[in-house]
Amino acid sequence: MNLESLYQEIILDHYKHGRGKGLREPFDAQVQHVNPTCGDEITLRVALHDAVVQDISYAAMGCSISQASTSVMYELLNGKPLGEVWPIHEAFVKMIEGRGKVEPDEDVLGDGIAFAGVASYPARVKCALLGWMAFKDATVQALGKDYT
Amino acid sequence: MSPLDVATLRKDFPILSRTVRNDRDLVYLDSGATSQKPAVVLDAERDFYETRNAAVHRGAHQLAEEATDAFEMARATIAAFVGGHVSEVVFTRNATEALNLVAYAFQNATADAGPDRFVLEPGDEILITEMEHHANLVPWQQVARRTGATLRWFGVTDDGRLDFDPSMITDRTKVVSLTHQSNVLGTINPVAQVAAAAHEVGALVVVDACQSVPHMPVDVHALGADFIAFSGHKMLAPTGVGVLWGRADLLAQMPPMLTGGSMIEQVFMDHSTFAAPPQRFEAGVPNIAQAVALGVACDYLTDVGLQAIHEHEVYLTGLALEGLAGLPGIRIIGPTDLADRGGAVSFVADGIHSHDLGQVLDDSGVAVRVGHHCAWPLHRRFGVAATTRATFYLYNDEQDVAALVEGTKRALEFFA
Repeated sequence: MNLESLYQEIILDHYKHGRGKGLREPFDAQVQHVNPTCGDEITLRVALHDAVVQDISYAAMGCSISQASTSVMYELLNGKPLGEVWPIHEAFVKMIEGRGKVEPDEDVLGDGIAFAGVASYPARVKCALLGWMAFKDATVQALGKDYT
Repeated sequence: MSPLDVATLRKDFPILSRTVRNDRDLVYLDSGATSQKPAVVLDAERDFYETRNAAVHRGAHQLAEEATDAFEMARATIAAFVGGHVSEVVFTRNATEALNLVAYAFQNATADAGPDRFVLEPGDEILITEMEHHANLVPWQQVARRTGATLRWFGVTDDGRLDFDPSMITDRTKVVSLTHQSNVLGTINPVAQVAAAAHEVGALVVVDACQSVPHMPVDVHALGADFIAFSGHKMLAPTGVGVLWGRADLLAQMPPMLTGGSMIEQVFMDHSTFAAPPQRFEAGVPNIAQAVALGVACDYLTDVGLQAIHEHEVYLTGLALEGLAGLPGIRIIGPTDLADRGGAVSFVADGIHSHDLGQVLDDSGVAVRVGHHCAWPLHRRFGVAATTRATFYLYNDEQDVAALVEGTKRALEFFA
């Protein structure tokens, strides 16, 4: 494992030019997540309509891995129905937590496979999942609001 | 120039000969988190288990006697190491537990109408500093919340020094707790001066000595402290053993934090009486082998010389500050001069998160700490979320500092 395979071009690109950045209206749920070991934080909003992700908007402070993975998540999940969102989400988490032993499926993960190298650095797993966990939390909250 | 023969000392530390990340030599600059251990300390721990292992202070068999002797001799060595009396040394799991032991004395005395010295009331004040490690901050927040006392703190100046305002110490101040040397800034605080002012109003003085006792000569009486806390694992000893030193007359009044076996005097079905210190504060079977090894670590440090270790670390700190100052976009968080300063150098790089900087350093074999180093409010004070921190010890040399500077340069280029 070397530095270049961890910090692939696509990650550095998303880090420097984050997609979907900023907090927008309207939204159905907002969450704030922190990584207590390093102090990184994200505020993330989700807007849903008819079980389709209408918008993911966020303000985050953190390392390149956490910033880029949130940006890639925006590209992968925004605008998709939840039925397509959850398999992608699950595959990403599984790859990141797989300690380098999970073969990622590019058809499912798209640019997300650039983060496969993170799995070899256990200390960075939380960085890569910060935005993804915030999204899951916010979406579950938004769904709760819909149906109660 | 360093007063130490580092090349010879390094041979005592087996781990320093290993490689990391693609066969690079290990450059260990994270001793502020935990130190590496010399073979003589590791041997002492193993030797205890192989030849004298038994529970201390119970049983009349020979092994129990020998184990107890070894444990108590370590206590005497550690007491002498900081200039205290053997009965004033309490073994804990770590410094966090030692600080909590004092904090809980205030809480428990307040709940039980215990000795006046430890009872806190609304209006009373606990005074700490903005540069504290969470271990000397969160316990006092809890004490304040539970007793109604008010938590106040000295600020930190822009150049990373304690903003000591004597007027904050008043008749309301009951306890002043501060770090001797900041684990982030490297700043050595004027503890004796603060303690003198605190004692004038009858307040007790607690010192977090985690980053000073391993690195410089510390004498509890010269400091003017009533309590000091430090960790074995930061001073060449194994994990699992820490120390609270406390003035004998104060320990004698203090209620225990943990209760149970071996801390009692008499036990009945409906009540118990407690043993005298230090046993009163050592409920349950302690980390005996680790305490014995800590005694050996103290002897090792004494042989090398604490003053020489301090001078060596100041020398390396000077080199690091100079080397990092030569790089673009680096800001040191902490004093940039060497007066009253120890070997912790924290910094931020423009446009690079410390996690990323640390990752590039790791790829160069350089182990540093990244994040807030358990001093989140201090980082907030400086407007940064995280820093990269290099900490030095007796086994580091000029090459290690050069690797830090070179690795940081590589990170700046990588993320440019």
